[in-house]
Amino acid sequence: MSEMNIQTVADMETGGVPVLKLEHLTMQFGGVIAVNDFSMHIDQGEIVALIGPNGAGKTTAFNCVTSVYQPTGGRVFFQDQEIGSSRLHQSPDRITRLGIARTFQNIRLFSGMTVFENVMTAMHLRRKSNLFTQLLHLNAEEEKKNRAKAWKLLETVGLTDVAEESATSLPYGKQRLLEIARALATDPSLLLLDEPAAGMNPQETDELGQFIVRIKDEFNLTVFMIEHHMNLVMDISDRIYVLDFGKPIANGTPEEVQQNPVVIAAYLGVEEE
Amino acid sequence: MKAKSKTPAILTWLVIAVIYVAVFVAEQLLPPSSMLFTVLKKGATYALVAVSMNLLNGFTGIFSLGQAGFMLIGAYVYGIFTIPVADRPVVYQYYDGGAIQFTVPVIAALILAGLAAAFFAFLIGLPVLRLKSDYLAIATLGFAEIMRVLIQWNPMGPITNGANMLRLFPNFNDFNLRDASGNVTLYLSTLVPFLIAGVCIGLIVLLLNSGYGRALKAIRDDEIAAEAMGVNLAHHKRLAFCISSFFAGIGGAMLAMYQTTVQAKFFTTAMTYEILLIVVIGGVGSVTGSVLSSFLFVAASEWWLRFLDEKQMIGNFEVPLLRNGFRLVVFSIIIMVVVLFFRRGIMGTRELPDLFRKKRKEGAVK
Amino acid sequence: MWNTIFPYLLSGISVGGQYALIAIGYTMVYGILRLINFAHGDVFMVAGIIMVYIAASGLPLWVSVPLVLIITAAVGFVIERVAYKPLRSAPRMSVMISAIGVSYTLQNLVLYITGGLNKQYPAIPGISESIQIGGATTKVVTVVTPVLVILLVVALVLLINRTKIGMAMRAVSKDFETAQLMGIKINSVISTTFVIGSFLAGVGSVLYFTNYPTVIQTSGAMPGLKAFVAAVFGGIGSIPGAVIGAFIIGIMENLIKGLDIILFKAGLVTKPLGLAIFSDAFTFALLIIILVVKPTGLFGEKTTDKV
Repeated sequence: MSEMNIQTVADMETGGVPVLKLEHLTMQFGGVIAVNDFSMHIDQGEIVALIGPNGAGKTTAFNCVTSVYQPTGGRVFFQDQEIGSSRLHQSPDRITRLGIARTFQNIRLFSGMTVFENVMTAMHLRRKSNLFTQLLHLNAEEEKKNRAKAWKLLETVGLTDVAEESATSLPYGKQRLLEIARALATDPSLLLLDEPAAGMNPQETDELGQFIVRIKDEFNLTVFMIEHHMNLVMDISDRIYVLDFGKPIANGTPEEVQQNPVVIAAYLGVEEE
Repeated sequence: MKAKSKTPAILTWLVIAVIYVAVFVAEQLLPPSSMLFTVLKKGATYALVAVSMNLLNGFTGIFSLGQAGFMLIGAYVYGIFTIPVADRPVVYQYYDGGAIQFTVPVIAALILAGLAAAFFAFLIGLPVLRLKSDYLAIATLGFAEIMRVLIQWNPMGPITNGANMLRLFPNFNDFNLRDASGNVTLYLSTLVPFLIAGVCIGLIVLLLNSGYGRALKAIRDDEIAAEAMGVNLAHHKRLAFCISSFFAGIGGAMLAMYQTTVQAKFFTTAMTYEILLIVVIGGVGSVTGSVLSSFLFVAASEWWLRFLDEKQMIGNFEVPLLRNGFRLVVFSIIIMVVVLFFRRGIMGTRELPDLFRKKRKEGAVK
Repeated sequence: MWNTIFPYLLSGISVGGQYALIAIGYTMVYGILRLINFAHGDVFMVAGIIMVYIAASGLPLWVSVPLVLIITAAVGFVIERVAYKPLRSAPRMSVMISAIGVSYTLQNLVLYITGGLNKQYPAIPGISESIQIGGATTKVVTVVTPVLVILLVVALVLLINRTKIGMAMRAVSKDFETAQLMGIKINSVISTTFVIGSFLAGVGSVLYFTNYPTVIQTSGAMPGLKAFVAAVFGGIGSIPGAVIGAFIIGIMENLIKGLDIILFKAGLVTKPLGLAIFSDAFTFALLIIILVVKPTGLFGEKTTDKV
């Protein structure tokens, strides 16, 4: 167990094409290596957590997957298609179009819009209508369908009662739920959640865990999440990867990771500071 | 799903209809020389230009200062294609009657004016739209200056008439219907500019309320989140820039009609600043605000505050300070007060229908 | 050939130096507040107008010139306090709009005071006289300008690198918030920046209007924009960059003014092309090219936005 070889585990495919695969992902900013030789994979239907102390490079890894950053080394595959490397960069909206949606650690809702409009905006990319049909209201059918879908998503996250309120006037926890609803509106097959439980109390965190499992089944998703609430991570994750100072230090099932001395050291080391 | 009340929409349409009827009736009853019509014509023109600028600055978050340049293109394209062939030798007297010897109908010329402005916006947008906010402002401003010079360049003369003015093209007064002896039977010279501006602003509102409009607002609110939600930044910014310029071009053509002449040297940076200040006074991010503020601005500067520029006597007492230029000083102070203390302007981000809605919760208005 | 080009080169160096003095104000303010101070060109114009009125009052030169510079610096100080300071936490667009509002206000105030007439700038003994250099006739100011610019820039660089307030300025331009947390009095640093910038614009205005001897409310707009382009060209935030950029722009625009004659004398064209009107447009074309090719300018530092 303690001799766990990260590389072989990452390469060990459990049948089928992994939804997301990172090969030796590296992201360097000047002299700082934020992510260092990180390899991993997620299979269809899994919930995989990425944990590690603050500043370990978790969000940077997300940003490489979603093309906010172009990795300086390694490769990113989505359903066997290469989507990013030091030679391949596409704009983030194309990544979303492929079926990867995300939420943000520091909530990024559209502040000038209502809750409902925030969700509607995320459906823009799947529209079949163009500018002219929209201007002339020839897309009434599509518009009606989209509105119904947006409403249903708000029902899923339980925000219908505040649909017409300004998104940024919501309490923190509801803003995080709205971010999830907005991400779901892009019809993703892979959902990246960046600290979805941040700022939530234990009860809300608990509910969030059940919620994530529920939407995973309901929308046929694969979930990749960064999270600090260990209870949540241990409860719902199928597997966990641990990053420390940009380097992967362990991975495995929650039980395996929990007992891994390297992980314990990394976390305790941080807490002593 | 919650059904929305239809009342605000109905009331909005009612208000618009009343305004148009009132304009039409007033035009038949009041003398055509009334100051009211000057204000209404110029106000309608500025309203369109201000709304088109707001589309970029207020709704997409692109701080562009190229408005005067796109108006210039529109005004010239309109003039060039509508001056009657018979009048061209007079207008283009230094260029042997000019190179272009045909005209197109007014409505086609208006659309051409918009398309030409949009075309230039597309070209300049390729490099410029990648820039950050303030660099973009100065680059678009520079573009406007370049256009102004280019049009006045002597070798362009056969087309643009160089530094000389274009004139004798159809203007607003030509929309009045006349009988055989030339007497006006139906005054339309104010209603038509209202209709042109109304249709254009209507199209902009439709755009803003469509999925594309939401995408633009998303870019304004948070570029990174917008991209993560699948909004292609480059594509949508270019779209907004071209559409805004299209309508600025039509606005330029309307300004040409209002002034009856066009000369490149008047389309200065100061004109752009003036329009920007109108947008700010109306409320950055409110179409209704831009329209209201345009009419207020024009009315104040052409009519209500004119007295500030002349000596005024109260009995034997001469009111101090009043002389040429004082109006603009008062204006400047009003503008600075709005910019510093009432940053939301007249309307904030509210629109006409919002005024008929029951007050939303505080947060919802922000 | 040289005799044709030389006069244009000479006035290019002169006007370039004058732009440089304005450009320093832009680049310093941008370095600290990330604000394009659209009113800076108008401060330069106001300095010109103040000189016109002070000279008319008959004060001797050794009083009037320093007085103009002091008043101009005060104008810069007041503008910052009234129009920019209240918007410290507002979005950048609001501050830029405020700057445009100030520009509009200054122009309208001057229009009101002067009645919109061209005002004759007073002759300043010592720099207004004509001299002959290398076969070209020019004013003494042409020679004085580059020398004075270099002296002032050296003094300014010393101030920034060697004094406490200079260190504070550098700290604030590197990281506004951290500098504030470290106990640097942000407001006094910003005020100092505006005072220095306006003072230099005042010096620039004395030199510039000695060469182009009428002042009107719009006189500051074009030199202001060009100086801004110079600052961008040199790399915004960099003082030496702004100065070099200003000299390059001054020289280029004057060569373009003479391009028709130069080409004609060189036998390359047989009739004038009217290229002189592009002397202003050239500056803006250059701006767009720089922004696209190398947005950080010649000497600018690269900044990255944090996601």
